[in-house]
This record gives sequence, structure tokens and C-alpha cells, in this order.
Amino acid sequence: MDLSKRTIWGYRRENGRVGVRNYVAILPLDDISNAACEAVAAHIQGTIALPHAYGRLQFGADLELHFRTMIGTGANPNVAACVVIGIEPGWTQKVVEGIARTGKPVAGFAIEGNGDIATVAAASRKAKEFVHHATAQVRVECPLSDVWVAAKCGESDTTTGLASCPTVGSMYDKLVPLGLYGCFGETSELTGAEHLAAARAASPEISAKFMKTWTAYQKDVIEAHKTSDLSDSQPTKGNIAGGLTTIEEKALGNLEKIGKKVKFIDVLEPAEAPARGPGLYFMDTSSAAAECCTLQAAAGYVVHCFPTGQGNVIGNPIMPVIKITGNPRTVRTMSEHVDVDVSGIVRRELTIAQAGDLLIDTIAKTANGRFTAAEALGHREFVMTKLYRSA
Amino acid sequence: MANIPQLLVHDRRDNVGVVVVEDLKAGTDMLCVVTEDNSEFRAKCNQDVPIGHKVALKDLAVGDTVIKYGEDIGRVVAPIRRGDHVHTHNLKTKRW
Repeated sequence: MDLSKRTIWGYRRENGRVGVRNYVAILPLDDISNAACEAVAAHIQGTIALPHAYGRLQFGADLELHFRTMIGTGANPNVAACVVIGIEPGWTQKVVEGIARTGKPVAGFAIEGNGDIATVAAASRKAKEFVHHATAQVRVECPLSDVWVAAKCGESDTTTGLASCPTVGSMYDKLVPLGLYGCFGETSELTGAEHLAAARAASPEISAKFMKTWTAYQKDVIEAHKTSDLSDSQPTKGNIAGGLTTIEEKALGNLEKIGKKVKFIDVLEPAEAPARGPGLYFMDTSSAAAECCTLQAAAGYVVHCFPTGQGNVIGNPIMPVIKITGNPRTVRTMSEHVDVDVSGIVRRELTIAQAGDLLIDTIAKTANGRFTAAEALGHREFVMTKLYRSA
Repeated sequence: MANIPQLLVHDRRDNVGVVVVEDLKAGTDMLCVVTEDNSEFRAKCNQDVPIGHKVALKDLAVGDTVIKYGEDIGRVVAPIRRGDHVHTHNLKTKRW
């Protein structure tokens, strides 16, 4: 079928964006507000608490990233409405105001001076109101290209570069020209293929911006903190068990995710929303799966494609994560985690282009509401990226 | 089943390929396919090699560059013979 005419059934939000899930999020501003958020979520059906480890005494770029991630998570179109709870009202209100710019219902509650019990009572009343609002929303027909799709691979092996990453690449080569927003990241894991990644930028300026980001990571993170070499961490133990030997080899497989033709049109800060229109974006992220997915969801991506070789089990609380594998052993041993089996590629029974079509079908089904394996299995990894120690 | 390859090679310039079947035994006469053009050749593996691991397509000396995807993936740190398992014992990154 003509992909440009392909549609899905999604939630058209107040700001025009399309969501594929309909959560009422109960978002803690900080670590010490997790308990109140979890109490609200336990009380009011149809809500989801998003506990995390940070939010106190952060400053500078690290604090900005914290706010960007909090606001972006609440603003994500998969979230119909959001309750924010923080220890004090100032920063809580800042997050509420950021989310409110989308036009969606959002309210903040502060614990200091009230205590957990009164805060939970007030927040529960508001959350119940939001659940009625959310459950009254009806899915409408939307172009498939309105579904923002991010990608990141994990527990990679050599089959990732042969099969599952090129499958995602085929999807991007087909959908980005139709107006899709795409996103890849993993700054450290492009080491060894950074010259090839830079060559895929849409302009010399964006290419230079990419190299600046990659070089800064090498200098400020790797060189500043390494104790020996990174061969115990990049590649990971799982990568090595799967046959990947060096970071260069891993990076070359990783880069297969962006296909053969599409160019990336901007370099995003962690959790920064894309602002140059439809196209593929590179985001400066860690290569740790939960951190990367959390940042991509905070940037507004609503579906995630996750190629894996050895079998990563990652999920995200607000963004469905589709697992793709081309490793026949992983299909055999971890089938409950696999959404798209492309092991036919290594048997030469399936072409990359056919696999890309299979993935597009799965993205459409997922967007229509079908649970991914990670959703069915309850994977809700929500992990904030921290740039440095708190004050 | 006869047409299912045991080894896939990304690029014609590569000097290693990837085992894509489980329980590959030493001495197997492997059907090898180059994925970029679907061309086929045969090669013998010298050891039992797990799925996903690499096999050398030519003899390589210490200091040689291992090529996969047509690109540099590191340097040889122990002598390798055609058909040998290539992994952390004989290949190392040039990056860190």
C-alpha cells in the first residue's frame, strides 16, 4: 500500500501533536515526592506514577536538563493530562507552566506545609478529574507520518548490524521522506563510525555541530573519567558474548539504524524537542537504554524502535518500545520480548526492505493501541540523565 | 535448509564474516554469502564458533587491520589464519 496514504488511529492533542497512548501521568518533581505520586497512582485508576531518583540541589546545565526532561515528559502527546507533585511550590510550578504550554490539563501540588496525606488527597481529586478527561478522548484517524518514531539499539551483537538495525534504517528511509520525525542518539557508541555519521548530516554546519558534540563527549566524559580503556564497558559484556569485539565494529552496526539515504537535519541537546520540522534528528545521549529512551520520550517521541541482538528487555512508562531482533537464538530463548522477528534476514529468507515493511506494520499496530512486549511485561524504566554531582 | 548460509559477509572488501547459525562445528564447510551483492563462496572454519562471532576470510598478521562493513574495526594482536575464530583474543580496538 502507498505509505503516504497510510493512517493510524491516535489521540490528536490540544497542540496538534498525535499521541498513541492516553496516560494521566503523576510526575514527581523530585525523588522525595515519589511516595506521594505512587500513593495517588495506587488510589486513582488509569493513572501512572513516574518515580525517579533526582531533582534536589541540581544546578546549571544539569538542572536545566532536569526541567527539560520533566516538562518534556509531561508534554509528551502520549500523556493526556498530568499531575506534578514536588516538595516545594516554586520548581513544581515551573514544571506545571512548561507542560501547560501544550494546552493539556496539568496541575501542581507541593508537600511542604501540607504533608504527604493532605497532598495525596488533593492531588487524587485532581487526578480523578483528569482521568475522566482522558478517558473521554476518542482516537481519530491521523497520517502514519504524524507518529514521531525514535530509535536506539541495545544488547547489540553482530546480528544487529546485519538485520535489526538495517530494518529500522529501511523504515526511516521510507517514512522520513513522507514527513516523519525520527531520532537517533548514543554519542559514545558512534565512536569508530563518527566520520560516517558526520557525513550523514544534511549540511556542513550540522556535520560540524555533530562533530563538536561527539568530540566534547570524548574529551569531557571519556577522557576525564576513564580509568583504563573502555573495553570492559564499550563493548559491553553482552556485546562481547554476542560476538562484537571492538567499539568500531559496534558503532558501524549501530549506524545501520539510520538507513542508507536519509540525512539528519539537526543535533539536539538531551531531551530537546526537535524544532526544524519533519526529518531525522541526532540527539546527544548516553548509550544506556533507559536513559536514552527517557530523553527521547521527553523530546516528544511517541513510539520507539529498539533493535536488539542478545535480547535487551527495556521499556518506557509513556512511550511504547518495539523490540526487533535478527538473532535466531534470541528469538528462540527470549520470544516474549520480541515484537518483530527479522531473523529471516540472516537465513536469506527475508530482505531488509521486507523487514522494514514488517516494522512499519508493527509501528502502525502499536500506534493503534496494540501493546508491545515491553508494555505487556510491565517494563516502565524511567531514568533521568544526570550530568554531574548535585550541590 | 541447504541454502541457508552459515556465514554472512557485509562487504566484498571485508576480511571477516559473521556466523549466523547456532552450534557451528570445527571443520564445517560453510556456505558464505556477501550481503551487499548476494554472491556466494565457501570457506572452512577451524574451530567451533558461536552464533554472532567472526571467522577470518584470510590469513592476518599482528598489526593488520580487520575490515568489516568495508571499514576499519581494529587491529590484529595475535596471528590469525583463514578460518580462525576472530574475537577479543586476537583483535583489539584502535580507539581506547
